[in-house]
Amino acid sequence: MSTKVDHPQAAEIFNQLEERVNWHDAALWYVRQKRDHAASQVKGWEELRSLAAAIKAHTLSKLDEYLVQFEEAAIRNGAHVHWAIDADAHNQIVFDILRANKARMVVKSKSMLTEECGLNHFLEDKGIEVIDTDLGERIVQLANEPPSHIVMPAIHKRREEIDELFHEHLRTKLSGGDAVYLAREARKHLREKFLTADAALTGVNFGVAATGGIVVCTNEGNADMGVHSTPLHIACMGLEKVIPRDEHLGVFLRLLARSATGQPITSYTSYYKSPKPGNEMHIVIVDNGRSNQLRRSDFRKSLYCIRCGACMNTCPVYRRSGGHSYGYTIPGPIGSILSPGLDLEKYGSLPFASTLCGSCSDVCPVKIDIHSQLYKWRQIITEKNQQPAFKKMLIFITGFIFSHPQVYQIASNAFGAMVRFTPRFLINTLLITWTKHREFPQPGEYTFSQWRRMNRQK
Amino acid sequence: MTMVVGLFIPCYINQFYPHVAIATLELLERLGVEVAYPPNQTCCGQPMANAGFENFSIKTYELFIENFHSYDYVVAPSGSCVYHVKEHYDVLGRTDHVQHIRTRTYELCEFLVKVLRKENVKSEFPFRVGLHQSCHGLRGLHLAKPSEIVSDTFSIPRLLLRNVRGLQLVELDRADECCGFGGSFAVSEEAVSVKMGLDRIQDHIRNQAEVITATDMSCLMHLEGIVRRKNLPITVKHIAEILNNTV
Repeated sequence: MSTKVDHPQAAEIFNQLEERVNWHDAALWYVRQKRDHAASQVKGWEELRSLAAAIKAHTLSKLDEYLVQFEEAAIRNGAHVHWAIDADAHNQIVFDILRANKARMVVKSKSMLTEECGLNHFLEDKGIEVIDTDLGERIVQLANEPPSHIVMPAIHKRREEIDELFHEHLRTKLSGGDAVYLAREARKHLREKFLTADAALTGVNFGVAATGGIVVCTNEGNADMGVHSTPLHIACMGLEKVIPRDEHLGVFLRLLARSATGQPITSYTSYYKSPKPGNEMHIVIVDNGRSNQLRRSDFRKSLYCIRCGACMNTCPVYRRSGGHSYGYTIPGPIGSILSPGLDLEKYGSLPFASTLCGSCSDVCPVKIDIHSQLYKWRQIITEKNQQPAFKKMLIFITGFIFSHPQVYQIASNAFGAMVRFTPRFLINTLLITWTKHREFPQPGEYTFSQWRRMNRQK
Repeated sequence: MTMVVGLFIPCYINQFYPHVAIATLELLERLGVEVAYPPNQTCCGQPMANAGFENFSIKTYELFIENFHSYDYVVAPSGSCVYHVKEHYDVLGRTDHVQHIRTRTYELCEFLVKVLRKENVKSEFPFRVGLHQSCHGLRGLHLAKPSEIVSDTFSIPRLLLRNVRGLQLVELDRADECCGFGGSFAVSEEAVSVKMGLDRIQDHIRNQAEVITATDMSCLMHLEGIVRRKNLPITVKHIAEILNNTV
C-alpha cells in the first residue's frame, strides 16, 4: 500500500515557522467565532442539531430504501443514475459519460468526493481538461496541491502567494496581494472557461429521496454557471448524502452554512431536478467504503457528516498543524475517524492527532461523537497495527505497576528519589521529548502517601 | 449515619504535587467531611487506555473498583481521571459496584457545589487569576458551559472562585481552548502540544493573570513545564490550593 501518514512529523514541519502557524490558527479561529455568533442567533440551535442527528440516524437505518426511492424519482425526472462501488468505478463512469458526449473540457464546482476519488488526475491522464471553478479549489489546482480544508481549500495560502501563482499561470501583474484585483482576474479567467466548456461536474450536498432532486450549496454560484452554460451535467454523490424529503432541507440548510462559515445560508443554494430539453443530467452514486463504515456500529455515525468543516475550524490541533499534515482528502477530526476505515495501516497516526478535548463533538451540527470515535479507533489500531515493541512493553509494565499496589509503592518511592538525585542533564536525556521545550516536574520531598502516613493515623 | 468519602489522588499528583493532595484533603476535612484514603490506590488507568491499550488497563480499573466501591462518594482533584472512570469503566460490565463507582465519583469542585452545596468555602487568595477550563471536566463532566454549545452560561469552578476573597478572575480571549497536554499526545505530538500550551499561557499573560488555575493538575504540569523553561511571568496553582487558602 501507499506510505504511512506521519502526522507528528508533518505537524512538526508545519510548526517550524511560528508566525505562519499563528496566522493559520487566527484565520480559522475567526471562522469559528463567526460560527458561534451565527449559532447563537438561532432559537433552538441545540434542538436543531438533535433533529438533524435524528434524521440522519433514521435515513441510515433505511438507506437502501431511500437510495432506491431516490434513483426511481431521479429517473422519472429524466436524469440518468449510475452506481459506483469504489473510486475506480466512479472515475470510469464519469469518463465514459464524457467520452460518449465527446467532451474535451469540463468545469467542476467543489466536490470533496471527486477529490477522494482522484478524478482530476484520472481524467487529465485521458486527455480531458478539468477546470476547478471554486476559487479556492482553482488556486490549489494551479499550485498542484490537494485542498487543505473542505470548505476553504486554499486557507493555507497567503494572498501574496496567490499573487505569484496567478502571475505565473494566469499572466496577471504582480499586485502585492490585492485581493479585489486577484478575484476580478480569476473571474475573467473562469468566465472564459464556463463559456467554452463541454460539460459541468458538481458534487451533491443533499439528494432528496422523495423528489429525486439534488441540492448543491456554493458561495460563488459556480455550480450554476457550469450547469447552465454546458449541455451535460454530471453530479457525483456519496451514498450517505440522501435525505428523505424536502422539509428536511429546512433543518440541514440552516445548520450547514452557519456551522461552516457563520453565514445564515450559502449565497447560492441550487436545486437541480431535470435537465433542460436536449441536455443530459447524470447522477453517480458512490460507495467507496461507505457501506463498510455503515456496518461498523461504533463508527456508523461518522456517515452523518454534512461536510461543514466546523470540526476543523475548532480543532486546536488542526489549526496548528494544517490540513496537509493529515494526508487525507478530508483532514481534521472528521477525516481522522473516516480514513482509518479505508486504510488502517496508512492512516493509523490520525486518531492519535488529538488531545480528545471534545470540541469537535460539541461543534458538530449533526452531533457526531467524534472524540469518542477517535478513542475507539485507537484501541483498534494498537491491536491490528504493528506497534513498536518498546512502546508496547512500556505500557504493559505501566499497567502491571498500576494494578499491583505493592509494586506501585516501591516504584513510586524509588521514582521520587531517582528524579531528585539525578542530574538535570540526565533527566533531559532520558525524557528527551518532554523536555525538548518543557521542564520536567520536580517531585516533592515526599509523596502524598508518605505524608499521609506521617500526618493522619487513620 | 455520616457519609464517608473515599479520596482518590491521581498517581502523578501523589508523586509530583503532594501539596495539591494535601489541600484537597484539608479542604474536605475543614468542610466537615469524613475522608478515607484507601492505601492501595494507584491510578485510574487512563494513561494506558488513551494510548490505545485499554486491555492493559482493565486490571487497574478492577483495582480501583476494589479500593473504592465501599464509600458513599469518591472524590478526586482531577476532572480528567473522574471522567475516565465515569465514561470508560463500563467495559468492566455494569455490575452494582461498577455502577456505584460510575455514578458516585466526583471531581472536587462538582462535589463541593452539587453534593455539599457549598459555593463559598471561605478562602482568600488576593491575586489576579485566569481559569483554564480543563477539557474533560468541561465537556466530559459538564462542569461549565462549553463555548460551542448554545445555552445559558454556567461554570462550577467560576462559582467557587468568585467567592474567594481578594481573587480577581481575568477574562481570556479564548474561554476554553485546550492546553495541548492530552496524555501521551504531549510526547507523541510534541510540536503541536507545546505550541498549544504556549498559546494558552500567552492568553493568560496578555490578560494580566498572575496565576493560572485549573481543576486538573495534568494541564498545569504541562503549562508549568513551558513557563519554567521560558521563564514566563506567571505561575500555576491547582484550584484545590486556592480554595484551601485561608488566612
